[in-house]
Amino acid sequence: MRPSGHRVLRLATPVKVLAQRFALLLLVGVALAMIIVDSAEPVVTERFRTTIIDVVTPVLEFFARPASSIAETAEQIDSFFVVYEENAKLREENAHLKQWVTAARQLEQENEVLRDMLNVVSDPRASFVSARVIADSGGAFVRTILINAGVRDGVAPGQAVINGDGLLGRVVEAGRRSARVLLLTDLNSLIPVVIESTRERAILAGDNSGRPRLNFLSENAFVAPGERVVTSGHGGMFPPGLPIGIVSHVSEAEVQIQPFADWQRLEFVTVLNYFVPGVLPATRRAERIEGLR
Amino acid sequence: MSLAWWSRLGVSLRGLVPFTLGLVFVFITVAPWRLPGLDPVMPMFALTAVFYWSVYRPDWLPYTATFTLGLIQDLLSGTPIGMTALIFLVVQAVVVSQRRFFLKRSFLVMWWGFVMVAPAAAFTGWFVSSLVYGGVVPVEPVIVQLLLTVLFYPPLTWILGRFHNLITDHA
Repeated sequence: MRPSGHRVLRLATPVKVLAQRFALLLLVGVALAMIIVDSAEPVVTERFRTTIIDVVTPVLEFFARPASSIAETAEQIDSFFVVYEENAKLREENAHLKQWVTAARQLEQENEVLRDMLNVVSDPRASFVSARVIADSGGAFVRTILINAGVRDGVAPGQAVINGDGLLGRVVEAGRRSARVLLLTDLNSLIPVVIESTRERAILAGDNSGRPRLNFLSENAFVAPGERVVTSGHGGMFPPGLPIGIVSHVSEAEVQIQPFADWQRLEFVTVLNYFVPGVLPATRRAERIEGLR
Repeated sequence: MSLAWWSRLGVSLRGLVPFTLGLVFVFITVAPWRLPGLDPVMPMFALTAVFYWSVYRPDWLPYTATFTLGLIQDLLSGTPIGMTALIFLVVQAVVVSQRRFFLKRSFLVMWWGFVMVAPAAAFTGWFVSSLVYGGVVPVEPVIVQLLLTVLFYPPLTWILGRFHNLITDHA
């Protein structure tokens, strides 16, 4: 190499190192600023989040398929060995459920007649959207999932998300074709509930573990393990009576719930569109979502 | 088109391999595997990639690329935006500053180095998320996640090494 080339190279290296250090400091600063903005004003970052997730939704769907077929194969191998017992169990369960169907039909008719007699204002009917789970949180800090339905399918923040087992959580962010669901086990999840038999009200609070707790239970409330917990419908976003789980542990300090949902088998979920007009004030967020449609 | 043009294109495409692999690791991390108990303790695959390239070819994974990987992971997994980006940047900065120590060392020394770095990354995540959520995030899953991340280091490094060889041979 010529001497002049040497000099350029010698000069260029420290400049490059300096530029890299500057880039590092700048990016660390940007990351810190993002954390602060995201925690103080999540509305600002929400649009950014949902836009990017919308863009990568096809990629997430692509990765979700092999992941789910691996899970299915594992399940099939697993069920192959227990097929006889499984069959007997299902037959028994089926007979049991048939009895319940009869009972439910009778109760439904009776209910209808009684409601008519009393002129009860009936609950608004919920419409629903089914969606595939395309990503989960993949880590220890949050309990959320992404689904491949969004504003264009009628999904909006606040809506309840269920599957055959019961309540799973609620929509917290909705893009055009994707949405994020905050599971009821997440640290930030608070859901108004009642104990089904005693009608005691409480707030179900997640703590990132598999067993969320009941908060704000009245002091003289009687709660025993095995009691069913369902949504209360307070707040107007969730239909009342959605099954959540059973009381699994009662102590002086806390009451824990074992959710009905089997978190390992979340492949498809249902988003309920249940809106009681006039209960919640129209927020800027909701208006923006309307604008997106 | 001249041969030089094609070779330049080859070089710039080669530079994209570390970032693309990191991106694939991010997507694998957030994919719904539906395996019992896996999701809360899913290993930080992309962290291993950031560590690997920071030791061997930091020029192939510049700070902007590392930041972008972390940001995408934050957006997809729902963690506070900027948190994973910050973790990855700090890990890369620490590893690059100690690069001379790691280079040409045995695999076991590298693994040991990762064992030193990964807890700092996990603790930063725990600290930032606890601060943002205004409550203590449970520590147990963070520890299990950390152990799994360390256990997955050898197979992931083997994969990264294969790609590293592939793009080096064709240089």
